[in-house]
Amino acid sequence: MIELFETQRAMRQMRRAAMQRGLVGIVDLGTSKVTCLVLRFDGDAMPAAEGVGSMAGQAQFRVIGAATTRARGMRHGEIEVMQETERAVRTVVQAAQKMAQERIDHAIVSFSGAAPRSYGLTGEIDLGGREVTEADVAAVLASCDTPDIGPGRTVLHAQPVNFALDYRSGLSDPRGQVGNALTADMHMVSVDQSVVQNILHCIRRSDLELAGLASSAYAAGVSAMVEDEQKIGAACIDMGAGTTGLSIFLRGHMIYADTVRIGGVHVTQDISKGLGIPLTLAERIKTLHGGLMATGRDDRDMIALTAETGDWEHDRREISRSELIGIMRPRVEEILEEVRARLEAAGFDDLPSQKIVLTGGGSQVPGLAGLAARILGQQVRLGRPLRVQGLPQAATGPAFSAAVGLALFAAHPQDECWDFDLGRHRYPARSLRRAFKWFRENW
Amino acid sequence: MRALIRTRHRAETPRPDPAPSRLAYRLNRLWLSPLVRRLVKQVLPVGLTVAALAVWGTHPAQVERLTGWAEGLRASIEARPEFQVKQMAVTGASPVLADAIRDRLDLDFPVSWFDLDPEAIRADLVRLDAVADVAVALELGGALRVDVTQREPAVVWRRVSGLELLDGTGHRVAFIDRRDGRADLPLVTGTGADRAVPEALALMDAAAPLGDRVVGLTRQGARRWDVVLRDGPVIQLPETGARAALERVLGMDAAMDLLARDIRMVDLRNPARPTLRLGPDAVEYLVTTRAFTEGLRQR
Repeated sequence: MIELFETQRAMRQMRRAAMQRGLVGIVDLGTSKVTCLVLRFDGDAMPAAEGVGSMAGQAQFRVIGAATTRARGMRHGEIEVMQETERAVRTVVQAAQKMAQERIDHAIVSFSGAAPRSYGLTGEIDLGGREVTEADVAAVLASCDTPDIGPGRTVLHAQPVNFALDYRSGLSDPRGQVGNALTADMHMVSVDQSVVQNILHCIRRSDLELAGLASSAYAAGVSAMVEDEQKIGAACIDMGAGTTGLSIFLRGHMIYADTVRIGGVHVTQDISKGLGIPLTLAERIKTLHGGLMATGRDDRDMIALTAETGDWEHDRREISRSELIGIMRPRVEEILEEVRARLEAAGFDDLPSQKIVLTGGGSQVPGLAGLAARILGQQVRLGRPLRVQGLPQAATGPAFSAAVGLALFAAHPQDECWDFDLGRHRYPARSLRRAFKWFRENW
Repeated sequence: MRALIRTRHRAETPRPDPAPSRLAYRLNRLWLSPLVRRLVKQVLPVGLTVAALAVWGTHPAQVERLTGWAEGLRASIEARPEFQVKQMAVTGASPVLADAIRDRLDLDFPVSWFDLDPEAIRADLVRLDAVADVAVALELGGALRVDVTQREPAVVWRRVSGLELLDGTGHRVAFIDRRDGRADLPLVTGTGADRAVPEALALMDAAAPLGDRVVGLTRQGARRWDVVLRDGPVIQLPETGARAALERVLGMDAAMDLLARDIRMVDLRNPARPTLRLGPDAVEYLVTTRAFTEGLRQR
């Protein structure tokens, strides 16, 4: 567990070092679009107006540059063609830099793929009736037993979710309290290592330094859910193009993250295949005329399908909107069914609150709220990202939840615990002995 | 139907998914870094301009042209009538001295204002013997004004080489050919006489009762004065208190008509012991008289 402690700590320090310089780039690598935000951290935070709170921490920074472009070479939120993705990152970073008129050197990246898997970890140490110190917190975090995450996997997030002191559970900060046994519950997300390495490589090829990584399911949850929902317990469903991410929050912390590898692109593919039209046209029809709830009116709404094949009959076809809905709805239902299965598997039904927030570009389909309510339960709402300072109007839609959430995550990473120093005595004696032996043999 | 003729409209549609090349991206980032930006926008233009000017300006032909142009400009300014000095006014000097000053400056009027340096002219003129002080000023309207304060001759100093006029401080005023030229001035002789002119003047003042019997003063050994009288003794004065000694001699003269007697020298070099050197007749007379009184006493 020492290793996890050290890597998490290193990641935190890397991010903090980037933020010290005042400028951080946020890159959200999605399947259909890449977004880059340039954040300026200028320290003085509080807005002067009376009655305005700390704005959940996002008042610390200001978006000074934003750009988005079509993602290329991405599939299911993973890099498929490195060169193409790199071009997309270059395009978007250059555009955001141009808007900001500043050069960014560090990037915090979120991605949706890489099959995130959640683990709940528990650690316990004996205090012996002492007061809990920072070293104890660090020790109990370090004492969590790491499950076997499998070969080729790496830890993406690891956050203490809950502390318990003797029989009192639900402590967010046990420091200063007296007890006998300190228990920590930690939530850990593991992802495929090769995907992370590809992203690292891509960012490095763009002359940027990676200052942090986050799962877009987590980032979307951070920005799309209001603070109460995060506290009481809610699930955020980020309907992206290639993947649908879901994250469950409780008491302000993420306790579960998963991805369904179906998304809006599949809906487009269905339309394209079903109607025999190019993907671009299918995407256009989906975004302009798409829907999920057919009404009598939709039978009369005719959509022209233009094409340039040369076959006059083929190029002049028309379909009704209800036909289009008939193609889209089964796929969206499939996505939502899959999400419900994952939520059930995660034990979402046992949470005190069953709130579900739908966000992401796919959530803009008309009628989704009604459909989701039928499948996932009645407490469904559509979520948009939190408003942050300086964010352009064009980037306030639900498709930008992950990008904005990543900015919030950069400002409030919720991982202060990793800063606590592990007591020196916690280091295993064996490695010290080995180092000593090495000295004796080689000196 | 597939269009056979490429339409203008289609030709203008942008390439799908434009992306900056790696090089363009790097250059763009380089351009955004503050240091490079300042270098290119501020340092480089200034540096290039300076370098270009230096290369252009150090070319010999250009140097020549530039200096020629500068000098032409300067000359044209200097030649303007407003800066011309047309005449010189010398005040406070005798005609001879004024001529000497004009000869010495040797100015060919009109002269440009910028070619004249009043300080240098003043330093030059002060070196003239007859000039005690001089004020040189350039006046508006084109005149060089020279205000001279002349040295007033006080004594005539006869030396082996000739006659000189000295002023009250002993500074030479002029050379003269004949003593008669300035018969009104007292005559001094002897080495170092010029350094004791004030004392000589005081002695001459004290010797006023003697009138024109005083021929002159002689400096002896550059330390004390002798008063030389016509048809009379030489009065040797001490180094200090010379005037008092002279007055004492004059007192003796008034009481005993000392200076009308056959005395060669009145020696007051030691004021406590005035000594007289008698003339040959007087000595003979003295011997005779002394022998007579000796004989009377023996008898």
